Amino acid sequence: MTTKTTDKDNITVRFFARLREELGTDQLTMPAQPGLTTAQILAELARRGGAWSQLQGSQPVMIAVNQTMAKPSTPVESGDEVAFFPPVTGG
Amino acid sequence: MISIQTADFDPAAEYAALRDSGAGTGAIATFTGLVRDSGDMKGVTGLYLEHYPGMTEQVIGALIEEASTRWNVRKARVIHRIGHLALQDQIVFVGVCSAHREDAFAACQFVMDALKTSAPFWKKEMTASGEHWVEQKASDVARSKTWD
Repeated sequence: MTTKTTDKDNITVRFFARLREELGTDQLTMPAQPGLTTAQILAELARRGGAWSQLQGSQPVMIAVNQTMAKPSTPVESGDEVAFFPPVTGG
Repeated sequence: MISIQTADFDPAAEYAALRDSGAGTGAIATFTGLVRDSGDMKGVTGLYLEHYPGMTEQVIGALIEEASTRWNVRKARVIHRIGHLALQDQIVFVGVCSAHREDAFAACQFVMDALKTSAPFWKKEMTASGEHWVEQKASDVARSKTWD
């Protein structure tokens, strides 16, 4: 018997703009792990290969955790919303 | 007050609302940005703007807060449009009321400069031959850093 996971056990990962289009998804969920950082999430997703490789490529990827700008070293906990996106171009 | 909207806005109405900010207001600085052909691609016909709902408002709110700690800011207004826009359309409005002009000018320019490099908006240019995401400009980043 499997235990049903809820959003509380997971991390929501969101993508915007060019990344959203090239990855073909705007959102996914990942299981939370102790000591997890945004850099580790990027590394894990980049291992999927193809378009996902760019998450660790030469192009800059901006990071937000719970809708606040974050760094590769920012810790991520269950229930958090992490977002990855290209440098912003508003105004 | 911060508005992220698809609809156009009326700078005259926004100015009137800013002016109604009490007898202590001695200066109002406003900025209106228009959609232009960036020159990166030929034949640009318009833009599509995407944003990160929630974070956008949070980031702009923090910029207004920061401006308020650095300068005299009696009232501030930011409007940013999203979705499909045509060349020459109004895209962004920043208005600041202060006691004095130096503060109004500085706070208005700070919010606008910082918004361009920290608020999560992304522009896609539409051209006759296709569409492409606009790249962040080094000059905008440099401009924003002058306020650090």
